[in-house]
Amino acid sequence: MTMKTLALPLAASLATALTLSAGHAQAQSADMEKCFGVSLAGANDCAAGPGTSCAGSSTVDYQGNAWTLVAAGTCMDIELPAMADGTARMGSLEALDRDLPPA
Amino acid sequence: MPHLPQRAGLGFKPEHFHDLMARRGQVGFLEVHAENYMGDGGAPHAMLTALRADHALSIHGVGLSIGGAQGLNRDHLDRLRKLIDRYQPESFSEHLAWSSHGAEWLNDLLPLPYTDETLATVCAHIDEVQTHLGRRMLLENPATYVTFQASSWSETDFLTEITRRTGCGLLLDVNNVFVSATNHRFDARAYLADFPLGAVGEIHLAGHETEELPSGPLLIDSHGAPVADPVWALYAEVLDRTGPLPTLIEWDNDVPALDVLLAEVARASDLLGHATKGQADAA
Amino acid sequence: MPPEMHHAALQDGFRAALWADAPPDGLTAPNPAEIAQRFKVYRNNVFHSLTRALAARFPVVERLVGGEFFTALARAYLAADPPQGPVLLHWGESFAPFLEGFAPVAQLPFLPDVARLEYLRGRASHAADAAPVAPAALGVDDLEALHLALHPSVHLFASPHPAVQIWQGQQPGAPKMALKAGPDHALIARRPDFALVVEPLDPASFAVLTALKGGAPLGAAARHGDLTAALTLLLTHGLIADARKGTPA
Repeated sequence: MTMKTLALPLAASLATALTLSAGHAQAQSADMEKCFGVSLAGANDCAAGPGTSCAGSSTVDYQGNAWTLVAAGTCMDIELPAMADGTARMGSLEALDRDLPPA
Repeated sequence: MPHLPQRAGLGFKPEHFHDLMARRGQVGFLEVHAENYMGDGGAPHAMLTALRADHALSIHGVGLSIGGAQGLNRDHLDRLRKLIDRYQPESFSEHLAWSSHGAEWLNDLLPLPYTDETLATVCAHIDEVQTHLGRRMLLENPATYVTFQASSWSETDFLTEITRRTGCGLLLDVNNVFVSATNHRFDARAYLADFPLGAVGEIHLAGHETEELPSGPLLIDSHGAPVADPVWALYAEVLDRTGPLPTLIEWDNDVPALDVLLAEVARASDLLGHATKGQADAA
Repeated sequence: MPPEMHHAALQDGFRAALWADAPPDGLTAPNPAEIAQRFKVYRNNVFHSLTRALAARFPVVERLVGGEFFTALARAYLAADPPQGPVLLHWGESFAPFLEGFAPVAQLPFLPDVARLEYLRGRASHAADAAPVAPAALGVDDLEALHLALHPSVHLFASPHPAVQIWQGQQPGAPKMALKAGPDHALIARRPDFALVVEPLDPASFAVLTALKGGAPLGAAARHGDLTAALTLLLTHGLIADARKGTPA
């Protein structure tokens, strides 16, 4: 394919993209402030607040190293598509009741 | 250098951005945790920039580990300087605590013994901070749950000596005083009588939770509840002695609607108003 | 514990006790029998705050494995690779590689890639700002030679698993959908209004966008596939920060 023959499809792509995106681009600048709240989900504001944000208490027991990992997630509902070898797979967690390694 | 106004301010939480913009100027100042604004861009900086236009600002660091034996993190000092250069806050404050161990970040304000050794370390660190940032900082008294056998200084003498040696100011957290006094079974009023109030540049007020030990209550500095009545009483007594001081309502956990926080701000404003009037009457 | 014990040694003991059963030496309390209970406040603050910070970064991973499992997983991750600085906005790059080697999640082969997607979303959230170009900047004669500078928040994500579909299925209000076999591709970025987008891509658009992000001019990028879908996405979300002819600076 030569550069010459590329030009036309490129221009057409760009024209189509500009048309398709035009309405959206305007809508998003209409009210920037309104979107702050939505966009902050996952922005981990509580991350930097030792002793203040996200404080724990003495009532949750984080003592010692013996932790039981109980399989209890919503992943139990996920049916994975068949893998390359054709076997169907269900997502599942392995229950872990051994001691986790200390630091 | 400009100072925070002698009014009641609020710790800024992103969920209150719109409400605060709608009521800009109603709170005396805003305070943010420095480390939440150390990304390159995005919503945090956009919000802080918008709010900064109409509010005095306090930047409150939680990451310097000033009370640690190891040297300060120079990269972090550089990040702080960049943030302070950008927003030109009226105040910068940090904690009498440690939170790094080697390179490991422990994300809590951990306690230190008050000894000649730690005094020298803390003072050297504060000198370094003030030199690097080119400004005076405020140091906050901690809320603690244990004390150390090795301590040879009282906390108030330790803080007094720090201000004397470094010229730094203090951030008096009245809730922390009440929490520590209750936890260690000393008299909060006696502590405040010894506290170098002349160095205080800002006051913090926050809520705590109560747990019960066999020997009595253990208060947890949770920042997730209204300021307790005994803390309001201590605050009023401090203001009687100092006159009005910039006062922050901190609420970081289970953050309620802005109106709930503004009611706390209004209560602090009332007491600040009385303190101003008391000063005028005395003059 | 001698009172003259140096502060650094005392901190070593304090830090070690965070991971152990007993409190460190050298502490006091009005009733010394309560020292362990009091020290627990610090232990719990450290683990609780870091666990919640990790969950804030990886909310879908937490949903997928459940809160209790996630808490134990976070503890194992913290033991293996604690955060290396106070700016937790940047924390978590090593979480996906950690999950790859964590036996209890071996039956969730997609989980590391879901974590990778969430990490990139966090990176996009805090990436540098850049204003989008006016569409007119693209109106040049020599389109083949035009280089686009994509917004700094743009990341291109690929997984051999249906990781994008699984992530989408865990979003609030998402309908339950049958998963199609991977690979999945997505564009992850932050719009000028600060909303984060995760846009599924077909493999050709992924290749086109990867070439554009790598600095290829439009003509070269077009060899990977039709540009229409890729350009529409970039323009819709305001992700073209600059457009210049010739070699980018």
